[in-house]
Amino acid sequence: MDIVKLTLNKVPELFLEAENITPDQFAGKNAQQIGELHVYMGNQTAKISDYFKVEGKGGATAADTRIVISGPTDKVKYIGMKMTAGEIEVQGNADMYTAAWMAGGKIHVKGNVDSFCAIGMTGGEFIVDGNAKNYLGASYRGDWRGMQGGKITVKGNAGSDTATFMNGGTIDIGGDVDVHLGTHAEGGKIIVRGNAKGRVGGQMVKGDIFVLGQVERMMPTYVYKGEEEAELDGKKQVFKVWIGDMGERHGKRKGEIIYGKIYIPSGSVEAETPAAQVAKKKKLTEKQLEKVKEAFKDQEPTVQQVRTYIFDSFDVDMKPMQVSRLIEGLKR
Amino acid sequence: MSEYIIKNGKVYDPKTGIKGDVSDVCIKDGKIAEKVSSKAKVIDAKGMTVMAGAVEVHAHVAGPKVNEGRNYRPEDKLFTYKPTGKNTRMAGCFSIPTTFKTGYEYARMGYTTVMEAAMPPLYARHVHEEIKDTPIVDEGAFPVFGNNWFVFEYLKNDEMDNVCAYISWLLRTTKGYAIKIVNPGGSEAWGWGENCTTVNDPVPYFDITPAEIVKGLLTANEKMGLPHSIHIHSNNLGNPGNYETTLDTLKIAEGVKPNNKFGREQVLHHTHVQFHSYKGDSWANFESGSKEIADYFNKNKNMTMDLGCVTLDETTTMTADGPFEHHLTSLNHLKWANVDVELETSSGIVPYVYDPNIKVCAIQWCIGLELGLLAKDPMRTFITTDHPNAGPFTRYPRIMKWLMSDKARQDMLKGFKNSDKVIAATNLASIDRELTMFEIAQMTRAGPARSLGLYNIFGGLAPGMDADVAIFNIDEDKVKDPEDIEKAFSAASYVFKTGTMVVENGEVISNGNKRTLWVDAKIPMNKQVERDVQMKFLKFYSMNLNNYEVSNHYVPNPYVIEVEN
Repeated sequence: MDIVKLTLNKVPELFLEAENITPDQFAGKNAQQIGELHVYMGNQTAKISDYFKVEGKGGATAADTRIVISGPTDKVKYIGMKMTAGEIEVQGNADMYTAAWMAGGKIHVKGNVDSFCAIGMTGGEFIVDGNAKNYLGASYRGDWRGMQGGKITVKGNAGSDTATFMNGGTIDIGGDVDVHLGTHAEGGKIIVRGNAKGRVGGQMVKGDIFVLGQVERMMPTYVYKGEEEAELDGKKQVFKVWIGDMGERHGKRKGEIIYGKIYIPSGSVEAETPAAQVAKKKKLTEKQLEKVKEAFKDQEPTVQQVRTYIFDSFDVDMKPMQVSRLIEGLKR
Repeated sequence: MSEYIIKNGKVYDPKTGIKGDVSDVCIKDGKIAEKVSSKAKVIDAKGMTVMAGAVEVHAHVAGPKVNEGRNYRPEDKLFTYKPTGKNTRMAGCFSIPTTFKTGYEYARMGYTTVMEAAMPPLYARHVHEEIKDTPIVDEGAFPVFGNNWFVFEYLKNDEMDNVCAYISWLLRTTKGYAIKIVNPGGSEAWGWGENCTTVNDPVPYFDITPAEIVKGLLTANEKMGLPHSIHIHSNNLGNPGNYETTLDTLKIAEGVKPNNKFGREQVLHHTHVQFHSYKGDSWANFESGSKEIADYFNKNKNMTMDLGCVTLDETTTMTADGPFEHHLTSLNHLKWANVDVELETSSGIVPYVYDPNIKVCAIQWCIGLELGLLAKDPMRTFITTDHPNAGPFTRYPRIMKWLMSDKARQDMLKGFKNSDKVIAATNLASIDRELTMFEIAQMTRAGPARSLGLYNIFGGLAPGMDADVAIFNIDEDKVKDPEDIEKAFSAASYVFKTGTMVVENGEVISNGNKRTLWVDAKIPMNKQVERDVQMKFLKFYSMNLNNYEVSNHYVPNPYVIEVEN
């Protein structure tokens, strides 16, 4: 396997759109030819060699090509877009659309990635050692074909809208995810080893979501089905299973309706019902009123001052209008 | 104005009857001329095909539903944009191209006149704004009448004079071209959650049947002597077994004679017939009904049709047939947009993937081509894809390839995943007819122009006609590979629009002198209709009557077809 080493010389002023950094484009090219490929910055077209030091050469085919990218690559987008084979290693962070529409091969980002990474992915492997932002493995805006195959592994956390319209493949997230996990999913498997914020599996038709931590709040359209044994990481474990989304259409197989499933480990702490929203008191007692009077004696306090004082001392969240009336009353 | 003489080209022109003979075509002052002076610029078309500019009879290229399609399908735009060029603006999208791409792509394929097939009168301003922004091609738009409350009420009361006065007023107000009928009665019934699937299903509340609506509008059209006939998309589109509904609709026009001064010979144009030629009673035993439909068309000379060929692409369906789009979204579960256009029509949009590996899609592909091959009169059979419903118009060259080459068709048929089942359900495998270049000229130029009542200005190369000329780098007698046909028709070598060269070597070099065609039927408004219009606007419309009219500044370069009574 031939290695191409790209070193970013300087942080680009704007964002670099580098969809040409793929083994498919680099295969069969030497360092100079690779340097000639274009990158975009804003409405300007530049060459890879304008920004990167290029060493080594591409292999005969994409599968024989390994690209190692180092330097401050935080502002480089589209690395490995539509790649079909070969390997890419990013030693730092990468920006949006890394591994977008990836069909094969492997991308390993040692830092963090931004949003829209691995959207519409159909195959291959995408590994992120750090965190990923929103829309990981989702579909392009408006499209109904999200991740369809391959595997995404994020060791840290992922943002919101992960795996929207997922149709296949596996997403494994070591940490937590934000809201809207697996929205509209119609297949595939998602493993979240930390907590999921909420709205998990909204409008999901089919597919499996494992949350090994807690689901902060289960969707009301999911129904608890009972305990079930399922295999995860090569081990059989007992999970609590919710099925849904009951508001959606569902296909049938062998007379049985197929639902989306959310698995939560049986042994783990009961997913706590959200702390009941205790209605905060809105009125002050006579005693408290006296205290307020005392505190602002011979003063002309603003509404905000009084309000803050009341909130801090008595934990009562009054509306500004109420406070204003209260001040009027105290004056009299 | 510049003069041109096109020399040595093989000319195909049904108007003058030239069938591939080498002949000169002269252009002077925007018209085809007998001869030109020695200063004329010479275009050497040796080994090339010379035809008149093509005329599109039915496509959805402007207006609110087209724009909503663009709006809600960002994925259709992805990776399709071409940046601003020397003579062109930024343009993109695949199935619902931007207005600019629409103009450029039509011109590159040698099309110079395009008809927008469904204009909701309420949003006529939007339609004309987009038409104005579509460069090069002359355009007209058909307002929809088939679900209009005025029409329903007048027809129900048998007030033919009022129907004519209303149609005339609406054509003038919306700057429309012809009477379009979409799912007569069905789109109104959709407002009640119902549909009309046969010609005898009564419309809720109005208690009028599709057959009565079609018959009434057909009578009005001939009474007024409009340039185009009624342009109909009949009931029950896209359902297995619907060919019977189609025949029932066509029978309404049986024996009616055309009345007009524009040389039009038909009284009914049935559009995208492919979607209306299905046999079987479910998607499982779905099969082609093209033979029955084509036989009927061959026997009845007072009708024309366009094909609506499926091109096996991912596309966006959009029609004023609201209930059909709802039916479609429940089949493919993709996103759906739906609009009720007050007293006039409804509309829906759903993306659709015509996958060659799916039996039904492959059969649909066959039916479109079968109709084109079984129809005996190419002057009455036009190539369309019902853009973008069965495929984008940019695929016309591909349809021409399939129609002209048996080999190209058989290769496709054999390549299908369910090849045997598809062949069993269709007639295409047994048809070996290959259309000639002259027949293609009839189907895309002379025929549509005649059916639109424009055969004295468009669709031919007789002296005095508009100088819309397309030159393709292909010689019918020397075609070795069917792919050459597609390649040649995709990018014309030269295209002239009213005497201006707009395309050279497949590239757009000028934005031409675009015109908007509309029909002034010249029937005076009567007091009754005037009052009815005002009352309806006061009572029901969400818009003020003063904001309804398409005023002249929306149509900066009009070409008015005046109907002499």
